Amino acid sequence: MNKLQLITKGLIKENPTFALVLGMCPTLGTTTSAANGLGMGAATMFVLILSNIVISLVKNVIPDKVRIPAFIVIIASFVTVVQLCMEAFVPDLYATLGVFIPLIVVNCIILGRAEAFASKNNAFDSALDGLGIGLGFTCSLTVLGAVRELLGSGSIFGARLYEGDGMLIFVLAPGAFIALGYLMVVFNKLTAKSK
Amino acid sequence: MEYFVIVIGAIFVNNVVLSQFLGICPFLGVSNKVETSLGMGAAVTFVMAITAVVAYILQHCVLVKYNIEYMQTIVFILVIAALVQMVEIILKKMSPSLYQALGIFLPLITTNCAVLGVAILIAQKNFNLLESVVYAVSLAIGFSLALVLFAGIRERLELDDMPKAMKGVPIALITAGILAMAFMGFSGLV
Repeated sequence: MNKLQLITKGLIKENPTFALVLGMCPTLGTTTSAANGLGMGAATMFVLILSNIVISLVKNVIPDKVRIPAFIVIIASFVTVVQLCMEAFVPDLYATLGVFIPLIVVNCIILGRAEAFASKNNAFDSALDGLGIGLGFTCSLTVLGAVRELLGSGSIFGARLYEGDGMLIFVLAPGAFIALGYLMVVFNKLTAKSK
Repeated sequence: MEYFVIVIGAIFVNNVVLSQFLGICPFLGVSNKVETSLGMGAAVTFVMAITAVVAYILQHCVLVKYNIEYMQTIVFILVIAALVQMVEIILKKMSPSLYQALGIFLPLITTNCAVLGVAILIAQKNFNLLESVVYAVSLAIGFSLALVLFAGIRERLELDDMPKAMKGVPIALITAGILAMAFMGFSGLV
């Protein structure tokens, strides 16, 4: 697999949200607007890239039996870094995302990549893998956020596209499930054709 | 009265799965049969109650006391992982029949974000010890309720005819959306 494929596979073929169906809690919980989705995706990507690099560097030092707890500690440290940085520099976004920032620790995408990729490959490839999967996750979250924001309040990234109130339900909890469900149908249809 | 508000609020109004989006992975993963979802619900309730006590003690006797609240995420996740492991070992020795019933679900709970979520929420909400336990158990009951309801619907959904692209996760998500809409009817209750 060449370097470019490592980055692009996360977008469609191994898209963490639509193809692998991982990390559903932040996907549904934080995408009330495109900007929130983007912020959550970026925070996750940051943790994913750094934890992938560190885990691939220390993989030979960690005994096999305690590798999962060790991975979790590494991931949790980077999550704390992100948490403190966001609280300092983007307090508004930090307040909106709330409990989902510390919950990046239990996002199955990150532990999944650590176990499946970073613990078997070198640091550079792991960084690219983290970047690719992270980009895929960020894109899915931004798209879902944009759809919900457009239907729910008639704007994208805060810019109004049409007048009126929109369908409030899409900003609330049920709209998250329904919007993601239909986006997944579209994704399945498109990828089934290209095969 | 105060406890009543916490219980109703956590089970129906702010249902952990359908309105707070915690624990979606087991919600979509093990909700194919009513029987397995009952087992998962029981295991989560058990672990959540213990987590609430431990998280409360850690938060007030360690993190706040020594001024190291920023270590919260790391401490909580390690303690939960160890706790689940310990519960598994103790159950195996003390009550083999309960272990048989809950056994396979216990390892899955470590990665259930509802458990870490409840620990963090309790720390944020400034509950006292009894309130924390009541809150955690109510959240877990809400989780089990949503899981069992959803499993009942999904058992029937298996037999239905639908476009190929909708099979599996997409239709499950849309169903969950409609279920969440039904739960919104409770929102005026508290």
